Amino acid sequence: MLLVLFRRLGNVIPTLLAVIALVFLLFSVLPGSFISGMNEDGRSVIDPAVMERMRKEMGLDEPLYERFVKYVGKLATGDLGTSFRTREPVTKLISVRIWPSLKLVFAAMAFAILVGVTLGFLAALKPGSFIDTVSMVGAISGLSLSQFWFGLMLMYLFALTLNWLPSFGYGDGGLRNLILPAVALGVGPMALLARTTRAAVLDVLNADFVRTARSKGMSERLVVKWHVLRNALVLVITIVGLQFGSLMGQAVVVEKLFAWPGVGSLMVDSVFQRDMPAVQGCILMIVLFFLFINTLVDLAYVVIDPRIRYG
Amino acid sequence: MNAPLLKVDDLHITLQGDGATFNAVENVSFEIGRGEAFGLVGESGCGKSITALAVMGLLRRPLGLGEGRIVLDGEEIQNASAARLRELRGSRIGMIFQEPMTALNPLSPVGRQIAEMFVLHQNASWNEAMDRAEEALRQVRVPSPERRIKDFPHQLSGGMRQRVMIAIALACRPDLLIADEPTTALDVTVQAEIIDLMAELCAAKGTAILMISHDLGLVANMCRRVAVMYAGRIVESQGAEAIFATPRHPYTKGLVDSLPRLGERSRRGRQRLREISGVVPSIAAYPSGCRFNPRCSSATDICRATPPDVTALGSGLVRCHHHE
Repeated sequence: MLLVLFRRLGNVIPTLLAVIALVFLLFSVLPGSFISGMNEDGRSVIDPAVMERMRKEMGLDEPLYERFVKYVGKLATGDLGTSFRTREPVTKLISVRIWPSLKLVFAAMAFAILVGVTLGFLAALKPGSFIDTVSMVGAISGLSLSQFWFGLMLMYLFALTLNWLPSFGYGDGGLRNLILPAVALGVGPMALLARTTRAAVLDVLNADFVRTARSKGMSERLVVKWHVLRNALVLVITIVGLQFGSLMGQAVVVEKLFAWPGVGSLMVDSVFQRDMPAVQGCILMIVLFFLFINTLVDLAYVVIDPRIRYG
Repeated sequence: MNAPLLKVDDLHITLQGDGATFNAVENVSFEIGRGEAFGLVGESGCGKSITALAVMGLLRRPLGLGEGRIVLDGEEIQNASAARLRELRGSRIGMIFQEPMTALNPLSPVGRQIAEMFVLHQNASWNEAMDRAEEALRQVRVPSPERRIKDFPHQLSGGMRQRVMIAIALACRPDLLIADEPTTALDVTVQAEIIDLMAELCAAKGTAILMISHDLGLVANMCRRVAVMYAGRIVESQGAEAIFATPRHPYTKGLVDSLPRLGERSRRGRQRLREISGVVPSIAAYPSGCRFNPRCSSATDICRATPPDVTALGSGLVRCHHHE
């Protein structure tokens, strides 16, 4: 168990370095910078001398690799740099945003697992039945929905028409404000989970050891409880992990749509302003979250499946 | 002879497919006495495994039970309720499957998989059941069973896993053990051990065996009587020794001839091992007349036109127009 953890951590650092390098590279080829963005429509409204001074202050005049090395050096001490826009430390910017983000992502995933896995299970136990058809049609629709459109529909129905829930914003951070964005974000993973759970359970139901279980005189309910559930879970967890990890990145759209004060909307705002330190901080958070979830999934495998031993 | 333990009478098994229904197994009849070992031999796809599944009540779509009766200890079970079949399965009939690698749940310790039997059929508590599972492992001669009960299937060799399967199948002292190719996936040396173990335990518990295999030699060694199946029908049944000495159906002859014999080369010189030419016909395209006629060297017009009836011969029977 500990070994898995250490190996994973060994992977985290090179991954992070690669991500930072990529972001640096991307921003160096992207047209415009924070300072040129302060001018309107390409017309210079700021004194070139001032611009030059700001560039020096922000270290934008240094070559890319020097900035990279400096950034990594500061990162090692937990310093994510200072935002160009607000002149605040990026750590502080993110720290107020991370909690709403986590709340949204966890709520979305809880919704996806609860509804998706349950539907997939029921569908697999009665293939060809009404519930199978309904949940699989639902799953395909859920997969092809655009989060943006679906979010708008939710707003229209539950906020404007029915007036049950607030249409946007964080509010007091309570459940009422959380429901709509969480559903909008969770519907994609939910649909995927329903499909994979169904496939996984059907797969396991055809396994030889299930035939053995039946030959023991077990009722179908016990066959499922004792022999199918755990085996299907191994397959489902893979998908849960992948979806969960990438959810914080996917949340960008939903966060913007519902004016949710998370890391995703901070990142979008920062990109528009070419606020590099903030963007890098946000991406780092999203990547860290992905790696964290992946590690959890690896640990879960070890707990569930005795055949998996690392090292 | 008193009433047989298992009587399969004119059994048909249907196969739904492509808008048509085929008979995958037809007119199969045999009896197994208490404590008797009975062998069912045939090539892959001849219907021997699904016959066993039918007895277990485990046929699943697209396979289904057609006409015929299955009588276990005086009780007709071909139409028994699902609940009654569950009671019988495991407690009265145990089954061992071909693939010990996949027949056990990979995520469950083997001890627990044996213990389930006692919990299911004998209302044992889990603690008590685990103790008895350890005892069951000792009986199938798994070394240090007290440690092995906690092992997962992947930690055991194929032979050990098949021993676990035997322990499961015999846990509740069933009247009948169905062994569907129990040694096919094992090394030859392990095969003999497993067969001996099965025979010995069944003899001790008075359990009858329905041994299913494509290996005529193995079946004849273990069983008193043997039936040979071809393309969904029993073509011949006889005592195990007689089937070697005087095979009556051309297919059985072919099987006996294709067995390599120790010492034959020194007696008759180097020879090519005989085989039966051709392949088993598919269920959808059984030939008319005798189903073996396309592969039979002595087939005549009547073989191609009329399916042969069963002829009783001594203690056995044969389904051939030209039997000797």
